[in-house]
Amino acid sequence: MDRFVFLTFDGLSRGAVYAAFALALVLIWRATRIVNFAQGAMAVATAYVGYSVSAATGSYWLGFAVAVLGGLLLGAVTERVVMRFVDHSSPLNGVVVALGLVLVIQGVLGMIYGNEFRPAEAPFSRDAFTVGGIALLSRFDLFVFGTVCVVVVLLAVLFTRTPVGLRMRASAFAPDVSRLLGVNVGGMLTLGWALAAAVGSLAGMLVLPTELGLHPNAMDIVFVSSFTAAVVGGLDSAIGAVAGGLIVGLLLSYVSGYLGATVAPIAVLLLLVVILLGRPGGLFSRSAARAV
Amino acid sequence: MSVTLAPKVDAGLRVPRPARRHRYLLWTIAAAALIVALTYLLPPFRNYQLATVGAYLCVTAGLTVLTGLNGQLSLGHGALMATGAYTVALVQEALAGRGQWTLLIAVLAGIAVATVAGGIVGLAAARLRGPYLAGLTLAVAVLVPAIASTFDQTFNSDQGLSVYVDPPPLALGATFPYERWQAWLAWAGALLTMVLLATLIRGRFGRSLRAVRDDEAAARIAGVNVARTQVLAFVVSAACAGLGGALFAVLAQSVSPGAFPLSLSLFLLMAIVIGGLGSLAGAVWGAVLLVALPALTHSVTDSIDVSPAVAQRLEGNLPLALFGVTLIVVMLAAPGGIASLRPSRRRRKP
Amino acid sequence: MRHIWSALAVLTLVAAAGCSSADEGGGGDVPGVTDTDILVGTHMPLTGPAAAGYSKIAPATKAYFDYVNANGGVHGRKISYKIMDDTYNPATTQQVVRELVLQDKVFAILNGLGTPTHTGVLDFLKTNRVPDLFVASGSRSWDQPDKYPGTFGFNVDYTVEGKILATHVKQTQAGKKVCFLGQDDDFGRDALAGIEKILGPVTAKQSYVTSNPNVGPQMGALKQAGCQVVMLATVPGFTALSLGTAAKIGFKPQFVVSQVGADLTTLAKRLGAATPLTEGLISANYLPLSNDDANPWIQLYKKVNAAHNGNAEFDNNIVYGMSVGYLFVQSLQKAGKDLTRDGLIKTIEKGGFEGPGHAPLRYSADDHSGYGGMQLSTIKDGKQGYFGQPFETDDEAGAVVAYTTPAATPPPNGIPAAS
Repeated sequence: MDRFVFLTFDGLSRGAVYAAFALALVLIWRATRIVNFAQGAMAVATAYVGYSVSAATGSYWLGFAVAVLGGLLLGAVTERVVMRFVDHSSPLNGVVVALGLVLVIQGVLGMIYGNEFRPAEAPFSRDAFTVGGIALLSRFDLFVFGTVCVVVVLLAVLFTRTPVGLRMRASAFAPDVSRLLGVNVGGMLTLGWALAAAVGSLAGMLVLPTELGLHPNAMDIVFVSSFTAAVVGGLDSAIGAVAGGLIVGLLLSYVSGYLGATVAPIAVLLLLVVILLGRPGGLFSRSAARAV
Repeated sequence: MSVTLAPKVDAGLRVPRPARRHRYLLWTIAAAALIVALTYLLPPFRNYQLATVGAYLCVTAGLTVLTGLNGQLSLGHGALMATGAYTVALVQEALAGRGQWTLLIAVLAGIAVATVAGGIVGLAAARLRGPYLAGLTLAVAVLVPAIASTFDQTFNSDQGLSVYVDPPPLALGATFPYERWQAWLAWAGALLTMVLLATLIRGRFGRSLRAVRDDEAAARIAGVNVARTQVLAFVVSAACAGLGGALFAVLAQSVSPGAFPLSLSLFLLMAIVIGGLGSLAGAVWGAVLLVALPALTHSVTDSIDVSPAVAQRLEGNLPLALFGVTLIVVMLAAPGGIASLRPSRRRRKP
Repeated sequence: MRHIWSALAVLTLVAAAGCSSADEGGGGDVPGVTDTDILVGTHMPLTGPAAAGYSKIAPATKAYFDYVNANGGVHGRKISYKIMDDTYNPATTQQVVRELVLQDKVFAILNGLGTPTHTGVLDFLKTNRVPDLFVASGSRSWDQPDKYPGTFGFNVDYTVEGKILATHVKQTQAGKKVCFLGQDDDFGRDALAGIEKILGPVTAKQSYVTSNPNVGPQMGALKQAGCQVVMLATVPGFTALSLGTAAKIGFKPQFVVSQVGADLTTLAKRLGAATPLTEGLISANYLPLSNDDANPWIQLYKKVNAAHNGNAEFDNNIVYGMSVGYLFVQSLQKAGKDLTRDGLIKTIEKGGFEGPGHAPLRYSADDHSGYGGMQLSTIKDGKQGYFGQPFETDDEAGAVVAYTTPAATPPPNGIPAAS
C-alpha cells in the first residue's frame, strides 16, 4: 500500500511537468495548427543558458528567470524567422521544419557546450517528507506542483479575461476576420509562440533536475510523453493538457514501479494508440474528430 | 491534378509492360557492373562506406515512396530497421556456421518480421493524418531501447547482440577483402529494392498511392480502397526498412539499441526531403548524403588546427546542425512545401 | 532509372577522385609503426551517460606517453595515441574502431573502454589481427586466449571483484539481507555471479540501463525487500544516482560498490552538496589511491599530470590511465626494436610485468586476464582509503586468499627500462 501511495505522489509530480509541457504544445496548436516538435529542444536550449547564468552568478533563480525569458525570446524568434514562412497547405510541412529545428538546436548546443552530461541542480531538496513511514513529496515536488498550478491559472486568466487573450484566441480561430477587425494577427501568433516556448522552458527547468544530467538530448523522451499527454487530453483543450499530463505521469509511475522501468515507453505507446484509435480528439475535446 | 473519376481509364496509355521491365533490368545490370568495378578500385574503408550507402538506400527508397508518394510521415523507420537487424542477429545465432545460405534465410526473416511490424503500425496509422501519425511513429521510434531492455534475455538490453557472419565464400578467393564482400551484399539488396519499387510505383499501386495523397475523397470516389492503400504503403516501406536494417546488422556485425536512435529516423527524413520526395534517384542522393556528410566533417575537423576537445564537439554535432539547416531551408524555399518537392510527373502522351 | 544511372555515375567520379588522394597505408610492413612513430588508438566514452570520470582516462594515458616521448620515446619511436569518442554506444564503437583500423591503420587498439561497447568489436579486431590490449573493463570476455588470441584484459575481473567484496560482506555483515543493483549487461551479470559464488542467491536484484536515467523504481523495490546491504555494479553516474535516489526515499543500506563506479572525486562532482551520502561507502581497488601522497607512483603520476596533462584534477581515473600507459610502454620496451603485432602479443604473454598494482598481474599463454586481486577501501570523513590487506582469487571456485607481495617501486625516471 505504501508503495502505491509513493508511486502515486511520484507520478503526480512528474505528471505536473508533462502537464506544463503539454500545455505549451496545446498553446501552439491552438494558435497555429502546428504541433511544435521542437518544443523539447527549445526547452533544453534555454535550460543550458539558464544553468550557465546560474553557474556564472551563483544564483539559481536568476538562471531560472533567464531560462524562462530566453524561452519567450526563442519562441518569438522561431515564429518570426522560421515558422512564419512555412506553407500551411500540408500539415506535414510544419512538422518537418520543426524536426529540422530539433537537429539544428541539438547540433548547435553540442558544438557550444559539448555533449557531456552536466549536473542540473534542483533549487530545493529532493528528499521526500515521510508521513507514517511512507515517503511522500519532497520540497522540490511541491515547488513543481505550485509552479505549474500558477502557470495554468495565469494562462487561463490571460486567455479568458484579458483583451490580449481575446485577440490571441480570435487570431487563431478566425485570422481573416480578426485582421479585418484590426487585430495584428501576425503579432498575436508571435506572442502565442513566445508564451508557449516560455512555458516549455519553465517545464524544462522543472524536469531536468530529475534526469541524469543536462545534455542536448535530455528532453527527447519527455517530449514523447508530453505529446501523448496532449493527445490524451485533446490538442484543442488546455484543461485536457493538464489532465493528460497527470494521467501520463501516473501511468508511467505505476508501470515503472510495478512492471519495471524499462516497460514505461511501451506503456506510453499503448496509451497513445488506444486514444488515437478510440477517441482521436482526446478525452476533453469539444470539436468532433474529422471524419472522412 | 488530373484525377479521373472513371475507373481504369488509361490502360492503353502506359508503355507496354515487357519493354519497361527489360529497361529496368538493363539499368540494374549496368548499375551492378558499375558498383562491382568501384569495389575493386576503392580502399577497404571506402568500400565499407559504399556498403553503408547501399544499406541506407534500401531504407530511403522505401521511405521516400511512403512519404513522398503516399503522404504519410513516418518517424519510426529507425525502429523498423531495428526489427530487421535484430531478427538477423537471432537467426544467424541459431544457424551459425552452417554455410553462406544462412545469411539469406536470416535476411529474409528480417524482412518478414519488419513487414509484420510495419503492418501493425500501418494498421494503427491508417486512420491518422499529419502530426498524429508523426507523433505515433515517434513513440514507436523510442521503443527500441525499451523493448531490448524489457526482453533482455533475448535482446541483451543496451549491450546488444553480435551478428555472426561468414567470411566471403572461398570461391571468390582466399584473400578476397571482407569489405568488398560487404559492399556486394549491401548493393545486391539495394538494387533489388530499387527495381522492385520502380516496378511497383509505375503500376496501379503507384497511382493509388498518389491518388490518396493528393485527394483522399476523390480517390475514394474513384474506387481506391484508401485504408488498404495506406497500410500497403506502410508495409512495403517497412519491408525495405527491414532489409536495410538487416544489411546494417551484417555490416556492423553487431546490433544494439544505440544503433537505432531517434536521430536516425530524423536523418532518414532529412535524406528523402533533400533528395526529393517520391524520387528514387533522390533516395540515392539522400543515402549518399547520410554517409558523406559525417565523413566530410571528420576530414574537415581533422585538417583544421583545433584542440581535441573542440574537434570532438564539432565532429559529433556539425553534421546534425548542417542536416537541420538544410532541411529547414529546403522546406521553406520550396513554396509548396512538401508538395512541390515531388518530382513532376512525366507528361503522358495523349 | 535514368536518374539513378546518372547518380551512380557521379558517385563513381567522386569515388575515383577520392581514392586517388586516399592514403595507401602507413608505409612500412607493420601497420601503425614507422621508424619514428607508433600509432595506437582507443574508444572511450568522452561524452554520454558513462562519461563521468571515464573521460579523463585516455588524456591521462596520452599525458604519460607525452612524458615518455619527451624522454626519447621507446626504442627511438614516439607514441601517438588517437582517442575516439563512442559515447558508450556500441554502435558508435563499431564505427570508430573501423575508422581506426581501416582508415588510420593503427598498430593496436589500447584500453578500449566498456563491456557492452567493446564486446561488439572483438570479432572485427580478431579478423583484422589487430592487437587488442588492456581492455578497460573487467568482463571475462577479454580472457579467451583460444578464441581471441590478440585480446588482453587489464582490469580485475568483475567475478573476482564480486567474490572479494562478497567475502568482506560475509565476514562483517553476516546474516544481513544482501541485494544487488547492476548494469543490464555482462558487467552486471559477471559481478552478480561473483557475489553469488560466495553469498549464494541475493535477496533481491535489480538492473538498470544507461539509457534510462531513473533508478527510482529499482531503489523502491530494494527498499520494499528490506535490504540492509546493497551491492552496486554501476558506472559512476549511476552510483551517484543510486545514492541520491535512495536518500530521497529514506532508504539507508550499507552500499558496497564496484571499483569502476567508486571514485570519490567523480562521485562528489555528480552529487555536489549531497556528497556526504558517500560516507561509509565500501569499495575495492588494485592501484594506488589518488590521495596517497606518500606513494612513489602517485608522486610520479602527479608530476606527469602537471607537466603534460594541464594539471587536471587528480583522481583515480588519472592513476588508472597512467598505469595503463606504463604497462603499454613496458611491453613495447620488452618487445624490442623490431616491433611487430605478433611479437608484441608474444611479449605480453611472457608476463612478468611489475607495476603499481598491489595485486597479481596475470599474463600468460592461457591467461589474458590482467589484474587478479584487490584491496578493500572505504570512505571515512570524506576521504577514500584502503583498509585490511589485498586479496587475490580467480573466476571460478578458487578461494579468496591474501596476497602478500608488495607493490614494485617505479624506475628512477618513471620510464620502464629498455630490455
